[in-house]
Amino acid sequence: MSEQSPTTGAEPRLAPRPYLTESAVGTAPPAAQADGAVTVTIDGRQIQAKAGQLIIEAADEAGIYIPRFCYHRRMKPVGMCRMCLVEVSGPRGATLMPACYNPVAEGMEIRTDSPMAKKAQEGVLEFLLVNHPLDCPVCDKGGECPLQDQTLAYGPGESRFVEEKRHWDKPIAISPLVYLDRERCIQCGRCVRFAAEVAGDPLIDFAERGDMTEVATFPEEPYSSYFSGNVVQICPVGALTAKPYRFKARPWDLEQVESTCTTCAVGCRVALQSSQGELIRMIGVDSDPVNWGWLCDKGRWGYEGWKGAGRVTVPLVREGDQLVESSWGEALAAAANGLRSAMEKRGGAGVAVVGGARLANEDAYAWAKAARLALGTDNVDAQLGDGLPAEVLLGLPRATIDQAAAAPLVITLGPDIKDELPVLYLRLRGAVHEQGTQLVEITPAPTGLTRYASETLLYRPGEAASVARALVAAGSGGGDGIDRARAHIARAGQKAAPGAPSIVVILGRPSLAEGEGGVVAAARELAGLPGVAFLSALRRGNVHGALDLGLAPGVLPGRVSLEEGRAWFERHWGAGLPAERGLTTAGILEAASRGDIGALVLLGADPLADFPDADLALRGVLGAGFVVAVDTHLTESSRRADVLLPAAAWSERRGTFTNIEGRVTWLGQMVTAAGMSWPDWMIASELSARLGVDLGFARIEEVWEEIARVSPLHRGLPYDLLAGVSHRDGIVAPVGAEPVRPARALDPMADPGIQSAELHKVVSTSLLFSATSTVPEPDGQAPGNALAPAGGPPGGEQEEAPAPPAFLRVPAWDGVVAPPVDTPGLRLVSRRTLWDGGTLVQNSPSLAGLAPEPALRVHPSALAALGAADGEAVRVVSERGSLSVAAVGDPEIPRGTAVLAWNLAGARAAGLVDAAAAATAVRVELADGSGGQGGGDGG
Amino acid sequence: MPRLSPPFEQRARDLIGLYPHPRSALVPILHLLQEQDGYLTEDGMAHVAELLDLAPAEVRGTATFYDMFHFEPVGKYLVAVCTNIACMLQGAYRLLDHAEERLGIAPGGTTEDGMFTLEDAECLALCGNGPCVTVNWRYFGDLDPDGFDALIDDLRAGRLDDEVPPHGTLGRVRRSVGTPGTEARVATEARTDGHSPAPAGAEPAAAAPAGAGQQGARPPVTLDTHRSTAAVSSVDAAHLEGLQ
Ligand code: SF4
Ligand code: SF4
Ligand code: FES
Ligand code: FES
Repeated sequence: MSEQSPTTGAEPRLAPRPYLTESAVGTAPPAAQADGAVTVTIDGRQIQAKAGQLIIEAADEAGIYIPRFCYHRRMKPVGMCRMCLVEVSGPRGATLMPACYNPVAEGMEIRTDSPMAKKAQEGVLEFLLVNHPLDCPVCDKGGECPLQDQTLAYGPGESRFVEEKRHWDKPIAISPLVYLDRERCIQCGRCVRFAAEVAGDPLIDFAERGDMTEVATFPEEPYSSYFSGNVVQICPVGALTAKPYRFKARPWDLEQVESTCTTCAVGCRVALQSSQGELIRMIGVDSDPVNWGWLCDKGRWGYEGWKGAGRVTVPLVREGDQLVESSWGEALAAAANGLRSAMEKRGGAGVAVVGGARLANEDAYAWAKAARLALGTDNVDAQLGDGLPAEVLLGLPRATIDQAAAAPLVITLGPDIKDELPVLYLRLRGAVHEQGTQLVEITPAPTGLTRYASETLLYRPGEAASVARALVAAGSGGGDGIDRARAHIARAGQKAAPGAPSIVVILGRPSLAEGEGGVVAAARELAGLPGVAFLSALRRGNVHGALDLGLAPGVLPGRVSLEEGRAWFERHWGAGLPAERGLTTAGILEAASRGDIGALVLLGADPLADFPDADLALRGVLGAGFVVAVDTHLTESSRRADVLLPAAAWSERRGTFTNIEGRVTWLGQMVTAAGMSWPDWMIASELSARLGVDLGFARIEEVWEEIARVSPLHRGLPYDLLAGVSHRDGIVAPVGAEPVRPARALDPMADPGIQSAELHKVVSTSLLFSATSTVPEPDGQAPGNALAPAGGPPGGEQEEAPAPPAFLRVPAWDGVVAPPVDTPGLRLVSRRTLWDGGTLVQNSPSLAGLAPEPALRVHPSALAALGAADGEAVRVVSERGSLSVAAVGDPEIPRGTAVLAWNLAGARAAGLVDAAAAATAVRVELADGSGGQGGGDGG
Repeated sequence: MPRLSPPFEQRARDLIGLYPHPRSALVPILHLLQEQDGYLTEDGMAHVAELLDLAPAEVRGTATFYDMFHFEPVGKYLVAVCTNIACMLQGAYRLLDHAEERLGIAPGGTTEDGMFTLEDAECLALCGNGPCVTVNWRYFGDLDPDGFDALIDDLRAGRLDDEVPPHGTLGRVRRSVGTPGTEARVATEARTDGHSPAPAGAEPAAAAPAGAGQQGARPPVTLDTHRSTAAVSSVDAAHLEGLQ
C-alpha cells in the first residue's frame, strides 16, 4: 500500500455498507435486463444495447463518444445539426445516419471514425462555421464551448467560405436576464425545444427560417420564463448568455464544487462556481431522480442575494435602539445572559426556538440538541405556521419525485407548484406529457398546473376536506368533476406498477390564508385511498431536514417522537430531555405575546414578514422580552433582535440537505463565510457552551459522526460518498432502505461548463465510521438494534443498548376534523409567487425587479357588483387589517374567492390573516370607502 | 392594430374544427388574417395564437418562414415578378428592370400612392408562359414590357377588378365542407370593388354556383386560364360539385 497521506491520518476504516452498489463511477446504471437486447458493433466493438435505444445513447453507455450539438438526453431528438452522423452498414451498403435520431437494430455495424464519417463531421463543422463570427476571445462560452471543442477535435481546420457572413445586432436582450447573440447561434434548437417541450413556455422560436433563421421572441413579449436560465446553460455556443454572469469570468479561472440548491425544497443538484473567492455562477447538474439538470431562475441566480449588501457579517448587540457591532465573545455572552435570565424565570418553557429551514441538516441537529439540552425546551419549530404538522408530513407513507412522475395518478393538494417548487413542476408537467400521468388538482384557485390537469376541483377556502371526502367516498355524486376524478382513482389502481404507489398525493398548503386544519383533515381523507403515498410540497429550503433532525415540537432527530425517542436520546446525549411537548410557532408567538416566553431565538426566521398572521407575529416578537436572531440578512424581524449573530450562508459551509422526498444530498462549500459569520452548528455549540452545556462538537466532522451514529434515520449515512460526485443523487432516508447506486456520468456537451475537475476533498472519513459500527441491512425496515453506538453510551459502561426508537407513524387521526367555516362573503386565497418581496429576491439585483405588481384577482362579477373598474385601486379589509391594492377581474377565479399573492411589496397579505381562523374573510371596498363587496356586513 | 373581426374569427374557428390538432390550422388562419388586413399585424398574430393556444412567438416563427405572408402594409396590388430560371431565360430580368422603372420602386418597395408593391419571386409555377408575374396571386403570363404597362394601366383603371381580388384573398372558392353548421356549399368572394380589406361583418356571399370564380371578362394580357393558387382553405370546385 502507498504511504499514508499526512492530512487524513489513518486509512479510513469504513464499515461495510451493503446497501451501496459499488460499481465504477462513469458507467450508467445497469440496463434494464436482457429482454429486447440487441447486439451492435460500434467501431469494431461488440455492444449490447436495448432495442429501440438511439445509437448515440448506446454509444454513450459503451463509452464511445459521438460528437453532437442538438442532441440532449433530456429532450426529444430532432436530428437537426447533423453533427452526429455515423456510418452504418446495412444490407444496402454503407450510409450516413444521424446517431441521435436512429435506433439500434440487431447486427448493425456502426463506425464513428471511418473516412466517410470523418468527412461528414468535417463537412458539418465547416458548414456550421460558415456564418459563425469566431469571436471566441470575447465570448463567455470560450473555453467551455462545445462548438470550440468539437471543432478542434472533429473539424477540418480550414474553411472554404470567403463570402460575407450574416450580421445582426448583438447581443439583444430577450428577457431581463438573458441575452441573445444571433451571429453565434448554430440553430441547434436546444433553446426553443427546451422552452416548448420542457418548460411549456414557448416564448422563443425560430423566425425567418431559411438562410436568415434566427431565434426570436414575439415583439414586446420577452422570454420571461421561470426557467430561462436553462437555455443559457444548454446552448452549445455562446449565443445565449446570462446577464448576471456576462463577462464576469473565464471558464478556466473558475473553481467548482457540486452542491444542492437550497432556495426551495426540491433540492436541485448544482455546480457552484467561483472566481477569485466570489460565487459567480451556478449550473444545474443532471441528477436522475431530482432535477435532470434543470434549475429555476430563482435557484440559479439567487446566489446574488447571498453576497449582497444586505448580508450581516458582524455580530450585532443592541444598545438602546441601535444594533452595534460587537465581537463574537461579547455577542455570545449577551445572548447567553438573555437566555439564562428567561430560563431562570420560567425554565425551558420560557424560551423558544423558531425557524431552521435555512440550516443544513448538521446545523439543525446541533440546534435540536442545543434547544433540548442547553435551553431545556421543546419549544422548537422550523415551520412558520406556513406548513403542516410534523407528524403528518413525516408520518404518512412517502413517495419520491420519480414515483410521483411514474404514478398513474397524481393528486395535488398544495400550493402553486410552478411558483413554489419550480423544478418539481417541470417533472410533473413532463410526466403528464410523456407518461400520460393523470393529474387531479384540489385547489381553491387555478394554478400553473391547471392547464395540464385532467380535473381541477375547486373548493371554497377552508373547505378542502369536503372535496377530499367526496373524492374518497364510494359511489357517485358530488358533481361531474368529482365523478371523473373518482374514475381516475379507480383506473389508477389497475395501472400501477407492482410495489409502486398507484396514487401520489402532493401535499402542502394550498393557501396561507386558510388554516392548516382543513388541509390536515383533507389529507386524512386522501390517506384512505388505496395505494397512496405522499410527496411533501413545503417549499422552504431545508425544512424537511430541519424536521427530520428534530426542529419540531415533540419530534427528536431521526423522525422519532419525543416520547418514543426519549430513552434513546437521553442515553446518547447523556442528559434529561424536556418533560413536556413544546409549542408550534403559532403557539410560541401566542405565548410570547402573553409574556410567557421570555426569550426567543430566531434561526433565519422572519416571522414579521412570513408568518401568516402579521398581527400575531408582531405581538409575539414584541412580547418576547429578549430576541436572539441567527441570520444571514437584516430582515424585518432580525432588525428588532437584541443580539444578531451572523450565520454562514449556503455555499459557505459544508453539510447535507434533505429535500421534499427525504433525500439527503451534499452541500458543498465554495467560498469562505462572509465577514465574521459562522456556520450555525458552531453558533449552537458555542452558545450552548456559554450556557454550560457541551454539545460535543468542535469540528463539523464530529456532528457528522454523531448524526450517522445516533439519528435513527441517518445511521450509517456515508458522508464520505455523498461528498463525492459518484453519489450526487444522494440517499433517501431512512438510510439502508433502498440500495444506492453511483450516479450516471455527465455529458459535457449536454450541460457545458460543468468541469470534470475533481471536487474539493472535503471529508476526512477516518472520523466517521469506526470499525465496530455496522450498517443496517437494506431490508426496508427501520434499523434494527444491531447498531451499537460506536463510542458506547455516554459515561456508561458497555451495557445492552436499547433498541432505537420507531419512526413517526401516520398520525392518530382521531380528533382530526375539518374546522367549521362560517365565513360569509369573499374568502381570501394567498399563495407565494416565485418572484416576491422576500429577502433572497430583493437582495439579488438581477431578480429584485421581476416581482410583479400586487393585484387582487377576483371574478369579474365581483368588480361589477362593486362598481370598480378593472385595475382600479380598492381596499381589502379583513377582521385583522386592511390594505389597498389594484383589483383585477379574472374569469378563472371562482366566484366568492379573491386571490392575492402572499408577499409582494405594498400588499402584504399576512396583514389580513388570522392564524386561528379556518379561512380569511375579506371585504372589498372602493378606495374612497364606498360600496363594500363580499363581506358579512358589506354589499 | 386589428385582431380578427368577428366573422373572420368565426371562419378561423371553423377551420380549427377541420383538424385533429388545432395548431394544424395555423397557416390557413394566417391567410385569413392577411386577407383581412393585407398583412399580418402583431395584434392579429397574437389573436391567432390565442385561438390556437400557441405562444405568439410560435405563430410568428411559422409565419416568417413563408414568403407569401407580409409583415408590413403592402399596396393594393402586390406584383410579384418571377426571376427563376425558366422566366429568367425568357427575359425576366428585363421585365423586372422595366417594372422597377415603371413603378419607380425597387423590389420590396411600395409606390407612394399605395397602389403597388413590387416583389421579385422564385418560381411561380407558370414556367411555360414566362416571363410571368402574379398580381395578388393571380397569374399574368407571357409579359413583355408593353404587356406589363398595359397590365398596370388596367389595374389602375379598375378594369381587372373582377379578375384580381384584394390582396390577401387566397381562394375564390372558400372551403365549407366539414366546417361546423354548413352544408357542402360554395361561397365566392362577392366583392368586386376590389380594394379595401373586407369590412367587418362582410360574410361570405350567398352561395353561388360552382365555378363562379371562373367567370368574368378576360383581360387582354392574361392567360386563358385563371388558375387560382390552390390553398389549404379552399377546395376544388369540381370536388364540391361532386359532393352536392
Ligand atoms: S441560441 Fe444556442 S441553443 Fe438556441 S438554437 Fe442557437 S445555438 Fe442552439
Ligand atoms: S426548483 Fe428549488 S431547488 Fe431547484 S433550482 Fe429552483 S429553487 Fe433551487
Ligand atoms: S443531428 Fe444528431 S446531434 Fe444534432
Ligand atoms: S421559373 Fe418563372 S414561373 Fe417557374
